[in-house]
Amino acid sequence: MSSSFLFSQFMGGLTTAMFLFLIASGLSLVFGVMRVINFAHGSFYMFGAYLAWQAVQWLHPTGGGFWLATLFAAVCVGLLGAVTERVFFRSLYGREELYQLLFTYALVLILGDAAKLLWGTDQLSVSTPPALAGSIQIFGTTQPLYTLFIIAIGPAIAFALWLLLNRTGAGRMVRAAQMDREMLDALGANVALIYTAMFSVSAFLAGLSGALVTPIQSIVPGMDVLIIVQAFIVVVIGGMGSLWGTFWGSVIYGQVLSFGILIFPGFSLFSVFALMAVILIVRPWGLFGRPL
Amino acid sequence: MTIAIPTEILRRRAAAIGEKQRALSARIPWTLIVFLVMATVPWLGSRYDTFLASQIVIDALFAVSLNLLLGTTGLVSFGHVAYFGVGAYVCGILMKTYGVPFSLAFPAAGLGAALFALISGYFCVRLIKLYFAMLTLAFSQIIWAIAYKWNDVTGGDQGLPEIPYPHLHWILSIPGCGDLSIADRFYLLTLALVAVSLAIIHRIIRSPFGRVLTTIRDNPERAAFLGVNVRLYQLAAFVIAGGFAGLAGALYGLFSRGVFADYVFWSKSAEILIMTILGGIGYFWGPPVGAAALVWLNQVITDYTQYWSFVLGAILLALLFGCPGGIVGGLDLLWQRIKRLRHA
Repeated sequence: MSSSFLFSQFMGGLTTAMFLFLIASGLSLVFGVMRVINFAHGSFYMFGAYLAWQAVQWLHPTGGGFWLATLFAAVCVGLLGAVTERVFFRSLYGREELYQLLFTYALVLILGDAAKLLWGTDQLSVSTPPALAGSIQIFGTTQPLYTLFIIAIGPAIAFALWLLLNRTGAGRMVRAAQMDREMLDALGANVALIYTAMFSVSAFLAGLSGALVTPIQSIVPGMDVLIIVQAFIVVVIGGMGSLWGTFWGSVIYGQVLSFGILIFPGFSLFSVFALMAVILIVRPWGLFGRPL
Repeated sequence: MTIAIPTEILRRRAAAIGEKQRALSARIPWTLIVFLVMATVPWLGSRYDTFLASQIVIDALFAVSLNLLLGTTGLVSFGHVAYFGVGAYVCGILMKTYGVPFSLAFPAAGLGAALFALISGYFCVRLIKLYFAMLTLAFSQIIWAIAYKWNDVTGGDQGLPEIPYPHLHWILSIPGCGDLSIADRFYLLTLALVAVSLAIIHRIIRSPFGRVLTTIRDNPERAAFLGVNVRLYQLAAFVIAGGFAGLAGALYGLFSRGVFADYVFWSKSAEILIMTILGGIGYFWGPPVGAAALVWLNQVITDYTQYWSFVLGAILLALLFGCPGGIVGGLDLLWQRIKRLRHA
């Protein structure tokens, strides 16, 4: 086993990890503040991908306009998240967790078919933005620039979210809502607005990751339910509601998936599910989380 | 301790359950009538009706087994399809690969699923609330990954097609059954097996053991205080529910003439949850009603549109916001209101 081979496995794992982090960060954010597992997060991700494709078609049918399309998709999905929270989710906060889970699942069903209705069932794809279309040689392996960009954007988003949560007034409110919603409400803060904003930011991140994945993966129906389970695993491994936990959770997930192939060929999926089960058994609140 | 279940519905139901249930069912044996009507389908209905009825009966058993956890014990399992899948694969592999007769493969499927439920349940019941739901989901995805990837045993993404039907020639020798097709015979066998399974589950829920499960659902702390080993009881319920789900899976694999990895994907767990809630989790007959309603609706709606998921999502939304007690819960409420009007 040569070192360049190991390095390329490592880089592959890291790319997977940073993609998953982009998606899972939003899931973890909503869980941390609202104590809700949002199954529809995968659907937001899928909508991000489809909307980016759509915007690219409108802007430059031949390709190009990728960055504008990405921004457009992320903002649209962020708005969709805000509307969902305002119209439906609000009335479920006092209700049992089972109902909240099933509500988000109802969204999965509805949005999944809505995407089929709007964009059909064919595979769609978006070409890589020209500036990042090339590749460079590292340690005797060829690394596409776009994957390096993804690897760089993961920590950047993590850092931005950390700044938002820990160094701004809004972030302080969010952390307070996380600890004691009722007390914050009683103190006169607009908790309802905080919840809508958090849900919207989470949806924005899902839409952003959906748009960014389009140059690497083709857009197909069903990408929503496939990704959501992976994002869950990441959030569970790292600790639900913990930002850095989600970050390291994705790194571990990516590497286990990437090197799991070497140990159990064809069984790498099994190794990540098993990892999740083991972590839930030993430390149910995850590596970086706190007990509920 | 456990995930919060719509307890207000369940409690209201529990209060009224005693004498009303006895008084009604003592006069008319509804269960027997429904069973007999279902048994006439091969003679009175078309081949297509038998097909639908088979599906309803199997889903009913699956949903009732889930409701033993959800409604009776108060555990939200998001991976119940794992045990259904284990049952389907055990029965399918035994019958197709090893040529084991159905009479042995069927109980083996239930035992296999119960055994896997024992192993996974041992870990699951130690967790609470959402974590329980997540871990059950994780175990079901492990089963899916194995089913999807272990080509030599499970057939991988190709699945196990063409599992031989049990021939059931002995049914032909019963008077009046001489000209039944093999699908009809299998339906009658399925109906009988499901009826027996439902009777057993019913007895379990009404037994002192079942009462303890209900106590755990309503107030686990108090149950623990009274000296009940809460986890042990939850595990027992988990194993029983898993075993019966396995039996339903075995029947489903034979009914659909094959076992495929798709059966075990996590979204199937959500579908069976919807079925159970649609019927009403506070009632023993809620889940079968939900199964019948959903299978029938699916047939009607897929005639008009391919967007079944959309409709299912809309139904679920209506249910969550409009009628959390499900169909049976809604009818019960209506019935109580009529009674009150009559008395007034």
